[in-house]
Amino acid sequence: MRVLGIETSCDETGVAIYGDGEGLLAHAVYSQIEIHARYGGVVPELASRDHVRKALPMIRQVMEEAGLAAGDIHGVAYTAGPGLIGALLVGSALGRSLAWAWGVPAIGVHHMEGHLLAPLLEEPAPEFPFVALLVSGGHTQLIDVAGIGRYRLLAESLDDAAGEAFDKTAKILGLPYPGGPELAKLAEQGDPGRFRFPRPMTDRPGLDFSFSGLKTFTLNTLRAELAGDGDPQQTRADVARAFEEAVVDTLAIKCRRAVRETGHPRLVLAGGVSANRRLRARMDEVMAAEGGRTYYPRPALCTDNGAMIAFAGWQRLKAGQAEPLGFHPRARWPMETLPPI
Amino acid sequence: MRLHLEGEAAQGAFGGRLAQALAADWAAGWVVHLHGDLGTGKTTLVRGILRGLGHAGSVKSPTYTLIEPYEPGGRAVYHLDLYRLGDPEELEYLGLRDLLGAEGLILVEWPERAGTALPPADLEVRIAYAGEGRDLDIEGPGPRAAALIRALAC
Repeated sequence: MRVLGIETSCDETGVAIYGDGEGLLAHAVYSQIEIHARYGGVVPELASRDHVRKALPMIRQVMEEAGLAAGDIHGVAYTAGPGLIGALLVGSALGRSLAWAWGVPAIGVHHMEGHLLAPLLEEPAPEFPFVALLVSGGHTQLIDVAGIGRYRLLAESLDDAAGEAFDKTAKILGLPYPGGPELAKLAEQGDPGRFRFPRPMTDRPGLDFSFSGLKTFTLNTLRAELAGDGDPQQTRADVARAFEEAVVDTLAIKCRRAVRETGHPRLVLAGGVSANRRLRARMDEVMAAEGGRTYYPRPALCTDNGAMIAFAGWQRLKAGQAEPLGFHPRARWPMETLPPI
Repeated sequence: MRLHLEGEAAQGAFGGRLAQALAADWAAGWVVHLHGDLGTGKTTLVRGILRGLGHAGSVKSPTYTLIEPYEPGGRAVYHLDLYRLGDPEELEYLGLRDLLGAEGLILVEWPERAGTALPPADLEVRIAYAGEGRDLDIEGPGPRAAALIRALAC
């Protein structure tokens, strides 16, 4: 079975084709970051409009690249949520309609399940069960994964997601959008010894996260330091470094706890923030010390993409799951409600 | 009215008092605009209000989702964050018009991003840095806001 995947939940339009024994045949991502950069954030309407403009030409492009015609596609998967409802509607309508026109089954995929299964596209793929840390702009979650569709939420952020904390702190530091990767770059020039930021909610038992206070702490530190003498650019770099260390360390402490609690020696990192180099290095250390290992997808498959949707949809379509005509995108969608396969 | 709050706990606790005052005149619904820079504690205040209305779960930042609905004690509360809005026209994508017809409490962070596309506020809250703490200014047009502010001042 060969499945076309379409991702349009937020900034990126992603399209990919995944097949049995063939793996990933083609994938393309068109980012709207340049448009959004002018506004300092994601703009729901522009995102939707651009998905409309980009998706169909991109589908033609990946099919050409893979040397496939319409009759070679056996199923269509599209992101049905969670995300911006206007953006989800575009991909859902397009995916469902194509499947109907081609006479093949269609399935709405959960965006976060896509992220969570993306490491299975790599070699070696993690075996079930494992602990997954999903870290992106909108999510920070720890999940006990027993199998596909068998998810138990262990913890999540009580306020800001880790990626949001990165973006907002970057804004405080005067960096352009999207701020996370820029902040990480700036942190490279920072002195790790100058500031030590708190590790929120690590001084008590439990796995939940909270990153809102860290943003305020960064702001207060920066205001106090910039009021004094010293090189402001170096201060910004030192603050960026201390912030990144605090987020990475907090995530590492919670992941170690989750691995010990579940007894699973495998940790999967997924979502946009999982491309952060310092985070990967720290998690590798933690899991080596625990006698286990870490799994993460290549950077192109950490951020939003169509490959993960094609792959998650392929898993479900192959298991006989499909949807009737009609589509139901959902801005909010708890992952624990997904059916197992 | 103006008041000074020292620390996150005080801000949350004030949210609780504000919740009681809002609940006392619930029937006509409230649109509350929250102004303040990044990190002044707008979401902290919203958390306090939701707790005060009886919400026990987490209160997540709606920065990425733009809107988070709640229903503490059967009361409809919508928490909006328009920080990432580029054009007021985009409010249509959030289904804002459907919310405005209904009774309930609508708490809007970064309302200035929506221009005139948002209905006028029943209550405006401005939060500003004041040393380690925060200064809050609360005002609103009309007798409902005046009564609420009198109740808060007691």
